Amino acid sequence: MNIEYNYGFLDENTKRMLRRGLLKAVAIPGYQVPFGSREMPLPYGWGTGGIQVTASIIGSDDTLKVIDQGADDTTNAVNIRRFFGRVAEVATTEKTSEATVIQTRHRIPETALKSGQIMVFQVPEPEPLRTLEASEVETRQLHAHQEYGLMHVKLYEDIARYGHIATSYDYPVMVNGRYLTSPSPIPKFDNPKLHQSPALLLFGAGREKRLYAIPPYTDVESLAFDDHPFDVQTWDSHCALCGSTESYLDEIITDDAGSRMFVCSDTDYCATHQQEAKQ
Amino acid sequence: MTPILSVRQVAKRYGQRYGCREVSFDLYPGEVLCIVGESGSGKSTLLSTLAGKLAADEGEVTFRDVNGTEHDLLTLAEADRRRLARTEWGFVTQHARDGLRMNVSAGANVSERLMALGQRHYGELRATAGEWLEKVEISAERLDDRPSQFSGGMQQRLQIARNLVTKPRLVFMDEPTGGLDVSVQARFLDLLRRLVHETGIAVIMVTHDLGVARLLAHRTLVMQQGRVVEAGLTDQILDDPQHPYTQLLVSSILQA
Ligand SMILES: Nc1ncnc2c1ncn2[C@@H]1O[C@H](COP(=O)(O)OP(=O)(O)O)[C@@H](O)[C@H]1O
Ligand SMILES: [Mg+2]
Ligand SMILES: [Zn+2]
Repeated sequence: MNIEYNYGFLDENTKRMLRRGLLKAVAIPGYQVPFGSREMPLPYGWGTGGIQVTASIIGSDDTLKVIDQGADDTTNAVNIRRFFGRVAEVATTEKTSEATVIQTRHRIPETALKSGQIMVFQVPEPEPLRTLEASEVETRQLHAHQEYGLMHVKLYEDIARYGHIATSYDYPVMVNGRYLTSPSPIPKFDNPKLHQSPALLLFGAGREKRLYAIPPYTDVESLAFDDHPFDVQTWDSHCALCGSTESYLDEIITDDAGSRMFVCSDTDYCATHQQEAKQ
Repeated sequence: MTPILSVRQVAKRYGQRYGCREVSFDLYPGEVLCIVGESGSGKSTLLSTLAGKLAADEGEVTFRDVNGTEHDLLTLAEADRRRLARTEWGFVTQHARDGLRMNVSAGANVSERLMALGQRHYGELRATAGEWLEKVEISAERLDDRPSQFSGGMQQRLQIARNLVTKPRLVFMDEPTGGLDVSVQARFLDLLRRLVHETGIAVIMVTHDLGVARLLAHRTLVMQQGRVVEAGLTDQILDDPQHPYTQLLVSSILQA
């Protein structure tokens, strides 16, 4: 059976609707714009929000990279890349530096992003206040009046319980000094990359039907206390494969005896770094 | 002295019916006013309307802030109302679960308003929260316990601390002793009387208990079917009630 899809899978009206939402999102950095999420050929939780954003902005001269937890070769990343290769006839790459659009779940690449690049983040829960305030009506009010004391209640509670701010991913940020925003479940290690990023950062939440954006060169501040300043994860060891001491490391178990090693979560960065080391 | 709150001919309707109507009074800084009356007489409606939680349908409410600036509460922008609610007002509810965050620690409950006002030093927040727990007769050792681990009386005292920590000038209370045992009530009322005296806050408290009014209130409003039927000094009202409904209320507690 041969089913004909419109270019980019979504119909043109849906793409226009999404682009209008994205323009609004770019105009109001960090503000959550509602949109009419479409059924996608994937269950929620597999990045339907990110896929719709990518589908609405991608063109045939784009080069797409897709990562999941930093890796280009997971089933999810491979499937999304293959999907767009088919429905949008785009070139795909694993190289951060060659991509014009990078769709991601849970990481920002280690290789510094450039002006002109677009990152598309898959977002499960766009509302950073949701765990503390269940009512959507109320959270909208809190955003409207910039009442964000509640977010510090959560950080206070972290310190009271663990002695430090234990939130280590999806760490809340203030965008452009105005909107409290979820950076999506990236590790807080990646938060500093959001600040004054040369790339355009777009966020899509399919289930919650929200879009938001951090335009290039926008201030992004991670919340903290004066006496408990924001910090990022550090490791005692370096990457076992490429020797990097600067990248985000995953701990992996290498045999049945439970041997462990730390390796870069960003597979492209690690491979590039290994090549450079050989030369 | 100028009133902190001036209320003129205020009414709130639910559909065609009035929840309260034709209410007028002045409240002065440091004054405690009780609103009494039987269930359904419109006490909570009036309180929520004055606090801006419900939009009034008629009348005028003027609040004078710490700088002497007057705010017309019926036309106030929502952003300004919320700012006043954070800085100048407090609201204590009958059910602790409506006024506390039950899923975070006592310390976080007390610190929330301070953080909302921009305080960002964890150590200082914690120290202030500890002091306030002690002020409401809860050991500072309980800072990290959740309100759900507290007794009913402690929960109400925690609500008081959570509200008073930012030194508001006017605190609304809706039946704060309503869910407490009589023995626990007495201690709570003693504490409240002491804090009101020490801090000089003005209080508007709804209660159906004339004994509470007797103990705390300088002045009392008696409500029946949405209207104020009698108002004046609490002792005068209780010792020499003029309106037949007030006479009935007073005689019913004397008999009890
Ligand atoms: N949300 C509401 N919608 C409709 N009627 C209400 C509502 N809240 C209260 N009422 C009615 O308004 C009157 C006053 O209620 P309320 O202010 O709660 O009295 P009180 O606090 O003195 O018990 C009652 O007749 C009550 O049924
Ligand atoms: Mg009531
Ligand atoms: Zn590596």
